[in-house]
Amino acid sequence: MGRFSSFAAELARNKTLLLGLLLLLTICLLAVLGPFFVDFANSRVGATIPRSPPTPEHWFGTDGQGRDMFTVMILAMPQTLRIGITAGLISLSVGVALGLVAGFAGGWVDTVIRLASDVMMTIPGIAILVLVAANVREMTVELMAVIVATLSWMVAARTIRAQTLSLRERGYVQVARLNGTSGLKLVFVEVLPNLLPFIAASFVITVSNAMLATVGLEALGLGPQNELTLGMTIYWAQFYGAIIRGMWWWWGPPILTIATIFVGLMLTSAGMDSFVNKRLGAN
Amino acid sequence: MTANYWDYVARRFGIMLLVVFLAVSINFALPRLMPGDPIENQLNQLMASGGGAMGDVGAMVASYRARFGLDQSIVTQYLAYWQSVFSLDLGFSLTNYPERVGDAILAGLPWTLGLLGFATLVSFTVGTLLGGLMGWPRSPRLLKSFGSGVLLLSSVPYFLIGMILLYFFAVVFRIFPAGGGMPFGMSAGFNLETIRAIAWHATLPLLSIIIAEIGAWAIGMRGMMVSVLGEDYIALADAKGLRPRRIFLRYGMRNALLPQMTKLAMALGHIVSGAILVEVIFSYPGIGFRLYQAIQSKDYFVVQGIVLLLSVSIAIAMFILDLIYPLIDPRIAKGK
Repeated sequence: MGRFSSFAAELARNKTLLLGLLLLLTICLLAVLGPFFVDFANSRVGATIPRSPPTPEHWFGTDGQGRDMFTVMILAMPQTLRIGITAGLISLSVGVALGLVAGFAGGWVDTVIRLASDVMMTIPGIAILVLVAANVREMTVELMAVIVATLSWMVAARTIRAQTLSLRERGYVQVARLNGTSGLKLVFVEVLPNLLPFIAASFVITVSNAMLATVGLEALGLGPQNELTLGMTIYWAQFYGAIIRGMWWWWGPPILTIATIFVGLMLTSAGMDSFVNKRLGAN
Repeated sequence: MTANYWDYVARRFGIMLLVVFLAVSINFALPRLMPGDPIENQLNQLMASGGGAMGDVGAMVASYRARFGLDQSIVTQYLAYWQSVFSLDLGFSLTNYPERVGDAILAGLPWTLGLLGFATLVSFTVGTLLGGLMGWPRSPRLLKSFGSGVLLLSSVPYFLIGMILLYFFAVVFRIFPAGGGMPFGMSAGFNLETIRAIAWHATLPLLSIIIAEIGAWAIGMRGMMVSVLGEDYIALADAKGLRPRRIFLRYGMRNALLPQMTKLAMALGHIVSGAILVEVIFSYPGIGFRLYQAIQSKDYFVVQGIVLLLSVSIAIAMFILDLIYPLIDPRIAKGK
């Protein structure tokens, strides 16, 4: 309870974090609850009169193939978020595990992991993603998440490795080690809980990177073909020249939604940064 | 410096070689990991999608079979692949057959290099200056609040900004052209008119990258500036009664600038990835737009060639930047 109230107090002080979390919460609520309130049939091609600007029946208008844009947006949001968050979780787990191992084991294990993350950082992610996506038969939400994850674990691995190195030398860890605590227990009981703020911070950055790759791939037409996603909406709008034809309601909503997600992630990340660093200073 | 420097160079060189090796190997392995015969697959897919002028299919199949040497062992195939990469022979385009993949890339390269080079230069300069000023306590408040807005934009993908710019400045107000690299049918010459036309067409794509990228540079610089200003030598400079302007430029900016330069190499991959979609939005005749067209027409060898070029050239560019850094900032080679 004490932990919760201190978090609430922090939120009241940290306006950046509060605003970021609020934006993300709004998007997530829309994505989770929205689909219960819309008629899926309206998102099919030819469901309505095409190319209609926003009207009382169609709040966001309709696209060039007669899909109701509001329904499309509500259904696309959860898909894109699912890819981003799943990819973020996978790469966070991989990154934290590798970071812990590198920080604790040291020696050649550390060298190999560091080299791998350096190399992966050099390879332009989107190039590899394009190649894989162009090669698979059918792209699905899950496959997409895995592909994006393989290219975004490095930030987490680096952060966790650096923090592990510094935690390892702290007094209480040394005491525990001298008391004969075994390696695994040392990692999970003494070190991991103290890494939580850093893990949370890396998670936000990782999700942000994953979302960037996801939206980019979808907008290139390489996303899951049978699902509605935010990037795919932009792909079709671009494909049918919606901008040149002045159909702002077709590309406006996905752009605004994507921008809101990224601004929310960035504010959260910046807010967490000062939060994490302050805790560190107090310790 | 010397011993450390060469250690560092060797390490960076090793990483570059590894990246090139991986990029080529992935390019080689991916189509072979997929079920079925890669050539049959590609040609069948192309047939199914009814892709335009096919040219001489028989000659193409023969050329690809010889190229892949699919009847030979995987090791021979792998070595042959390396050989073709080294001789820059990337095969033919499937949709624009007899066009060579290498030529297709060469045609787009100057456009992309110009766009990226100019955008990076401008955004780096403006962003670094803005970030420095935002970290400087004496800056006007107005500049700081303006800066915060710019920082937020840095989180948004470039192409989204591009779409908004395109709508307002090419569709609503017809100030700039809606796409292309220069007017349709205009023949390029080395004269003022050509340069003006090219600059005119490049304005919106450039702006979309610059607007988004300024914030990214400003964030890093602001952080560095704040931490540099906490150093003792700044306090000393202040106590000596040096003019604020001198402290800001010579003591603050100069020291905060070095780490900023090292981020340039890290940012390359990110900038290139982002620029691909900007080219698509503006139908800009660079590599990114060519990649998009190739993906759409399932022109597999062009996709492969462009991806290979991107990975290899970024690896080389990063290596060159890495070589230069220790000359600017000796702390880098001394180890992190």
